[in-house]
Amino acid sequence: MTKSNLLPIAFASVLILGTASCKKEKGCTDSAANNYSETAEKDDGSCDYSDIYAADKANIKSTYASIAYASYNDAYTTALTLQTEVNNFIASPTAQGLADCKQAWLDAREPYGQTEVFRFANGPIDDADGPEGLLNAWPMDEGHVDYISGNATAGIINDATTFPTIDASTLEAQNENGGESNISIGYHAIEFILWGQDDPNTALQTPGQRSYLDFVDGGGTASNEDRRRLYLSVVTDLLVEHLEEMKNEWSPSVTNNYRATFEAMDNDLALQNILTGMGTLSKSELAGERMFVALDNQDQEDEHSCFSDNTHRDIYTNALGIRNIYTGSYTAVDGTVISGPSFEELLEKVDPTLKSDLDVISASTITKANAIPAPFDYQLTVETTGGSGPIMQTITVLQKQGDKIVEVGAAIGVTISTTL
Amino acid sequence: MENKLILGVIILSQLIFVNCRKDKTIDPELTPLTGEQYPGGEQSTFNHSENAFGQVAPGLSGSNANYFYTGNSLFNQNWVSAPASTTARDGLGPTLNGKSCSACHFKDGRGHAPNFFDQLSTGFLIRLSVPGTDANGGPLGDPNYGGQLNDQAILGVAREGQVEVSYTEIQGKYADGTTYSLRKPTYTFPELNYGAMAPDIMISPRVGQQMIGLGLLEAISEVDLLSHSDENDANGDGISGRPNMVWNILENKTTLGRFGWKANQPSIKQQVAGAFLGDLGITNSLNPNENCPGPQSDCYSAPNGGTPEIDDENLDKVVLYSANLAVPTRPDYNDPDVLKGKKLFNEMNCAKCHVASYVTGIHPEFPHLSNQKIWPYTDLLLHDMGSGLADNRPDFEANGNEWRTSPLWGIGLIPTVNGHTNYLHDGRARNLTEAILWHGGEAELSKLAFINLSKSERDLVIKFLNSL
Repeated sequence: MTKSNLLPIAFASVLILGTASCKKEKGCTDSAANNYSETAEKDDGSCDYSDIYAADKANIKSTYASIAYASYNDAYTTALTLQTEVNNFIASPTAQGLADCKQAWLDAREPYGQTEVFRFANGPIDDADGPEGLLNAWPMDEGHVDYISGNATAGIINDATTFPTIDASTLEAQNENGGESNISIGYHAIEFILWGQDDPNTALQTPGQRSYLDFVDGGGTASNEDRRRLYLSVVTDLLVEHLEEMKNEWSPSVTNNYRATFEAMDNDLALQNILTGMGTLSKSELAGERMFVALDNQDQEDEHSCFSDNTHRDIYTNALGIRNIYTGSYTAVDGTVISGPSFEELLEKVDPTLKSDLDVISASTITKANAIPAPFDYQLTVETTGGSGPIMQTITVLQKQGDKIVEVGAAIGVTISTTL
Repeated sequence: MENKLILGVIILSQLIFVNCRKDKTIDPELTPLTGEQYPGGEQSTFNHSENAFGQVAPGLSGSNANYFYTGNSLFNQNWVSAPASTTARDGLGPTLNGKSCSACHFKDGRGHAPNFFDQLSTGFLIRLSVPGTDANGGPLGDPNYGGQLNDQAILGVAREGQVEVSYTEIQGKYADGTTYSLRKPTYTFPELNYGAMAPDIMISPRVGQQMIGLGLLEAISEVDLLSHSDENDANGDGISGRPNMVWNILENKTTLGRFGWKANQPSIKQQVAGAFLGDLGITNSLNPNENCPGPQSDCYSAPNGGTPEIDDENLDKVVLYSANLAVPTRPDYNDPDVLKGKKLFNEMNCAKCHVASYVTGIHPEFPHLSNQKIWPYTDLLLHDMGSGLADNRPDFEANGNEWRTSPLWGIGLIPTVNGHTNYLHDGRARNLTEAILWHGGEAELSKLAFINLSKSERDLVIKFLNSL
């Protein structure tokens, strides 16, 4: 039996024992209750412990689910566009076709970056069988997939002996096989196949310079052009498949999916998951893994999208994803705004000071992230972890945001951890 | 006041109701112990996903919390051959067993023996030595292959060789008549590129171990650990744990060994530095010379990635990372079956070596690891485990029959993190039951006790182990 179950019995005993004494003002004497009375001297059992923010919390859940679906839907449809461009390109490889594929990849990253706030939240993207590692694993050892500078025969593409067939199951099995940076599929594998290795001389400020001739039979560049085309096609199909899976998990029109589980979840547990995702992405994954490490190592191998030099957008869209949930508003790729009740509004009621602090910090993450000059791999060589350059300023404000999100949890009664 | 009142009510109600129900005594051994759901004390994590072993110890703070991420990246990512554009991570090999730490400690977890011939980077290697000791009392490497067989190499250098594992099934029977089968490995070396191994070569297979809680183990006081030692079995229980005393490079003397399958490393730093050289071919301040034994001239002449290839600053970040991985909590610690299994575990004397709990001493570098009530289930001491498990290869004071008691914390999460259930030093056990059944020597009586359990009791023991 727990202590709280005993309390009414204990109080009842007190009441029985105390009936002989003089009259005292009755009411709720527990300061933790909603109807605590400062003047009451004797508890009359009227204490109300119901969650007065229950409706607000349920509304935040609902907004979160709508934004999750809209975000993954955008990630999926932009990946479909990428798939169309890739199919056109491999049917007849041209310089323009390759450029179109690259643009479609960059466009697809914009919504996907904003979905990363749904990670670290016990959700479908990264639960025990979640596809996160199949979609967005990085950093990548390029030599696992294709030729690299100094080794023309490296990678699965150039190894027809070990990998006679390039298909979905082969490539999925090779993902993270033999080490966590042996990435064979996902956005960054596609990125590498489209752009090629980035030049180690970051001062050139150029992304990878792969020629479309790498995909033209006998094109005079790297061999195994047919296998490279096939690889690109298979890996793009897998991306679409895994994103469709996520879209369906959050779809309001699919039964028995994660959204159904989420909607049935206890409000506090759901908010704990949501805030944990926001705080962990802000403080640990983005500020720590994706930015601090690269700056500390001064190494472009540690930047997120090193082949395309798109890391500055990864940072921005991650920060934006967190802000979307805080403000309860997502602007879809087609311009539609999906919005609803937000943490911002709940905080206004619960803790206005914390709300105004977080308003400033949240807005600042967007401004600071936007101010990081591209390319990121060059910028990281001109500042240090001890300094106050634009990367370090962004790291600092993202970490501050992570700590504030822990405070939001405390303010609404849930415990948040932001560690990875 | 409130507590006294509640106590009063409880006593009163017991007086009233005591005659209305059968007298049921509560077995204290079936009651959870205070704090046992937090094996890492305050440095535990609530993450039980496939990333359960990769969580930062919550007490790590300030700039160290940031360096943890850098250490993580140096641990996870592949190193490359020198010279390379990625100067932070070049100098791989020339010969090696994996390109990254995570190749063998995937997701900071546990490796396994190759599932098929020439499957690489599964977190498995073969240590080699010949009779005798080196200048510091450690194993003497093979003249042609050194202290371990490197089954990979960089472009232009021949790897040392390959290892092939085959298994023989050994049948056994529980007291209740149920049969079981254990697989005993045999190792052959079909391709050796630098001549024959010494005729009196001794080999010891090893898998990479999970990385959780290492800093906490480092923080247990030496006095505390030695108090469990009973070298001459003075208490006559058949169990005689003893410490390994090993060469400490930084202190330039022999000190207590804590890490590795034979407790042959005195500190996390020396373990990490040893693995960088031996497993990846990355020189460091503790091990400044490339691992190129006798006849390996291509290895000698291959370009290096600087002197040393990992500098002290980065080495220390990997050490910081390795020392600060949190230990997952035990959500099922108070499950009645788990508690029954724990009671059986204790009754079979498993806990004599798999010592459940300690309060850590002072960690010199990481104060949050000090004074923690932890539950690692190990004594970090050497025990004779019998001829079935013996590698017959001495390692400092450990003889060919002795192994260090493995910590059991986190063991139930290996399937989630690493997708397999292979245990013991060479991954021969295909599940926890087989791992128990391989115990011999000082653990023979405990194993016999397990064999004598009923099926349902055995299941309870396994359920307890999986709850860790």
